[in-house]
Amino acid sequence: MFKPLLLVFFLLPLFTWSQNDFKPLVLDYTTLAPMLEKNNDTIYLINFWATWCKPCIEELPFFEQVRQDQFPTPVQVILVSLDFRNQLDSKLIPFLKENKIKSKVVVLDDSDANSWIDKIDPRWSGALPATIVYKNEDKRFFPDGFQSYEAVKEVLVSF
Amino acid sequence: MKKLFFLIILMTGTMVFMSMKKTGDKPYEIGEKVDDFQLQNIDNSWIQLSDYMGEEGAIIIFTCNTCPYAQLYEDRIIKMHERFIKMGFPVLAVNPNDIVQKPGDNFENMQKRASEKNFPYAYVLDENQEVYPKFGATNTPQVFLIDNNMQLRYSGAIDDNPQNPDAVKINYVENAIEAIMSEENPDPSRTKAIGCGIKAKKKMG
Repeated sequence: MFKPLLLVFFLLPLFTWSQNDFKPLVLDYTTLAPMLEKNNDTIYLINFWATWCKPCIEELPFFEQVRQDQFPTPVQVILVSLDFRNQLDSKLIPFLKENKIKSKVVVLDDSDANSWIDKIDPRWSGALPATIVYKNEDKRFFPDGFQSYEAVKEVLVSF
Repeated sequence: MKKLFFLIILMTGTMVFMSMKKTGDKPYEIGEKVDDFQLQNIDNSWIQLSDYMGEEGAIIIFTCNTCPYAQLYEDRIIKMHERFIKMGFPVLAVNPNDIVQKPGDNFENMQKRASEKNFPYAYVLDENQEVYPKFGATNTPQVFLIDNNMQLRYSGAIDDNPQNPDAVKINYVENAIEAIMSEENPDPSRTKAIGCGIKAKKKMG
């Protein structure tokens, strides 16, 4: 009688863990595009990054911190990973688990970057990191990475 | 009619003046002559662009050791050099990164990487970071193709598929070289690619 209960006790955390499997959606430019063109009262912060990009990893905690803060306008963070497709299971997913990344993560896997970089933003050279913060038509571009959470916050309250 | 004529003269004049103007802070435009430069190669010799370039020009590639995108292209850059040096376009690889922030890209590590991969081309360090800003280089790897007049003819991506060389559909550099050889302008003359941002030196003070 006691033993099966104990078993459930041990298995339960395993089960809940496996539900949160950190498997991000893999998109191409066409399927990503709607996320860059929303027309509503939310501020969207779209960050282009990769696990192998050191300055990208350094600013990720600031974007994660956005979730814990209060803003006059709702904010949604979307982390668009450009990790290589053969490294999603070996690098990206373990990274997301290890760092308990809670923001929405998607993978952009679309080979001819020249055909979509300008569509994402003509100001973007293609260098990582890059961040777009937009609300409706007001679209701002940040090419060099943020140095602090305050710098991110300053942008978000300015909308 | 007279007014239109005057306007055309004015516009042509402005364009001629602009093309004669010396390079200021703006990066090279397509068609603009690039300044000669001299940088140290991994064998300690100094490479001067005007001496190093081939009969038809040179494929200048800003690249480095540490960027995974640059690494994806290493084998393709070697093949590109072997193929196009015969046509008069050798590869000149230039590492633009600040080696303080990127020790993996320092001179010693450049030498190491080059000997591991047996780079058949010069691999030089833009130590003072005076060359790459003139080209307006932003990422690694990024190509700047010059012709035998040292005029910039193409800049941007190597091809359209970094992750899978076997699935390349558009070979931008190859197309640009073919265009130059047939006395045409490369189209596109500028492309973009995903890459690692070039690490600029942190300003003092």
